[in-house]
Amino acid sequence: MPDRLSGLGVSPGAGAGPVRTIAGAVPEPPAGERHGGDAAAETARALAALEEVAADLEKRGDRAGGEARDVLAAQAMMARDPGLAELAGQKIADGGSAPRAVYEAFGVFRDMLAGAGDYMAARVADLDDIRDRTVAVLRGLPMPGVPDSDEPFVLVARDLAPADTALLDPAKVVAFVTEEGGPTSHTAILARSMGVPAVVACPGCTALAEGTVVLVDGGSGDVRPDPSAEEVARARAVAGARSAALAATGPGTTADGHAVPLLANVGGPQDVAAALEHGAEGVGLFRTEFLFLDRTTPPGEDEQEAAYRAVLEAFPYVAVRTLDAGADKPLGFLPATGEEPNPALGERGLRMLRRHPEVLAGQLAALARAARGLPVELLVMAPMVADAAEAREFTETCRTAGITRAGVMIEIPAAALRARDLAAEAAFFSIGTNDLAQYAFAADRQLGALSRLQDPWQPALLDLVALTAEGAGGKPCGVCGEAAGDPALACVLTGLGVTSLSMSPPALRAVRAALAAHTLDQCRHAATAARTAHNADEARQAAREALPGLTALGL
Amino acid sequence: MAERRVTVQTEAGLHARPAALFVQAATKAPMDVSVGRPDADPVNAKSILLVIGLDVRHGEEIVISAEGDGADAALDELVATVTANGA
Repeated sequence: MPDRLSGLGVSPGAGAGPVRTIAGAVPEPPAGERHGGDAAAETARALAALEEVAADLEKRGDRAGGEARDVLAAQAMMARDPGLAELAGQKIADGGSAPRAVYEAFGVFRDMLAGAGDYMAARVADLDDIRDRTVAVLRGLPMPGVPDSDEPFVLVARDLAPADTALLDPAKVVAFVTEEGGPTSHTAILARSMGVPAVVACPGCTALAEGTVVLVDGGSGDVRPDPSAEEVARARAVAGARSAALAATGPGTTADGHAVPLLANVGGPQDVAAALEHGAEGVGLFRTEFLFLDRTTPPGEDEQEAAYRAVLEAFPYVAVRTLDAGADKPLGFLPATGEEPNPALGERGLRMLRRHPEVLAGQLAALARAARGLPVELLVMAPMVADAAEAREFTETCRTAGITRAGVMIEIPAAALRARDLAAEAAFFSIGTNDLAQYAFAADRQLGALSRLQDPWQPALLDLVALTAEGAGGKPCGVCGEAAGDPALACVLTGLGVTSLSMSPPALRAVRAALAAHTLDQCRHAATAARTAHNADEARQAAREALPGLTALGL
Repeated sequence: MAERRVTVQTEAGLHARPAALFVQAATKAPMDVSVGRPDADPVNAKSILLVIGLDVRHGEEIVISAEGDGADAALDELVATVTANGA
């Protein structure tokens, strides 16, 4: 075993615990695979596997309690379904192996359910999960999905998909380590939102033996197997000092009183509580996709209004991003956009909304109604705006709907380069650093191999931010990408002229502490130092040297 | 052969929790139990997958049937799972 693995630290803090690995996908049993000849024994094997899966689901449900108990109990019933068992038995009688027969029997029910509406589509995913669990039992493979554990563990995976983490118990995970992924991958975002340390792009981590205790430093990116008690204690002491520094509350401001509103990124009404708890002064990015994805009919204006109102009534200031969908996130109720070889470069964001103006109009009308009578300052912004003409068109559409504060996301390098032109048409800017980096460096956000290019400290990205802030010409210019949640980078962005910072709520405290420890002049000096550097590492180092308060705070 | 013709009153129809309660009740019954729409082929009421596959919505009519000792009691219990509101 190597005595140290190294990756990219994407969520700071230290965590130590035994490794639990998420198993990869369960392979489909080959078509035509046959059993040895004893159909009765093979059928018994299939039934025993189904029962084992059902019992395991029930056990997990009982332990989880609440709503999860009902959900898992219903899944257990599916595993024990007599219709399914009968069908699998027939296929075994015809000579099929137990794994293949089970796989095909699930397939028959899958096809039956797949044709119907929303509720059924969710059941199809349940069925696939039960099928994979059963095949895994029959093959002696590890169970797919998030491992089950009574003690807190370090979750190790090649990469994590949202489906893997939906049932994750935040109290059980002390750290994440993945082989793939970059600073804006799902793992990184999830870890920061949970406030759990994470290291991504860490080669070799999936080879760590199950149960090996590792110490994970989500700041430096170090993963150390079998750490000494001293090392764990030291890492925890630093993490402790840091958390003590984060207890402060109040609005964001530099040491000399320059106000930098600290805002939250939220994905729906369910995130309001966390944003308030971490002291967000408002919402800098309200993602609205949750209302539109995974459904076959568009949400009505009443449903939208209620969801928007739940967020608008909780804060004095909310910037809503209109629907950001495209070929990579297709909407069930709109005609397919056709095959796009590069969905990130295709008809997504505002481009998709221009093709379906009724979706945008419905969203704006619902927003205007939701804000009526509330003391909130409502701002609405369009994703994927490329030039001034698109900004003007969006502003006019908003005005028609009765929304006066219409702004644009700056995610496309062309928009950053011509920020001055766009500022003439838009009331404010919000820089999405994740997409801006992806497009500036032609580097897919999801590819761990390209994470170096996704580094928000790249001087080229800082240049684009500076150009945008300057082009804003006094209009508000916020940052709502993951970069805003990095305490050192938050100071640099402030020094570049960014006027507000929006991030996942758990990052707010560290950013507040970092800003309060430095003057605006120090931030400007750090920004200049970073832009003078020739690569991301040098920029990070130069900025940190100009921001002495960070080390003292353990940030 | 005993049967009950009943309008499904649960908000979720014969899906989600009502479907689970219905199938649980059917599974407890010692005899075969079937369920379906009137004038359509019924399915095994002990199979959650076949039952939700019927895609019965709130307000639709279903026919539940069973045969043998205790069939009436079993059917009454099944009817209760789809007519009890708040389930």
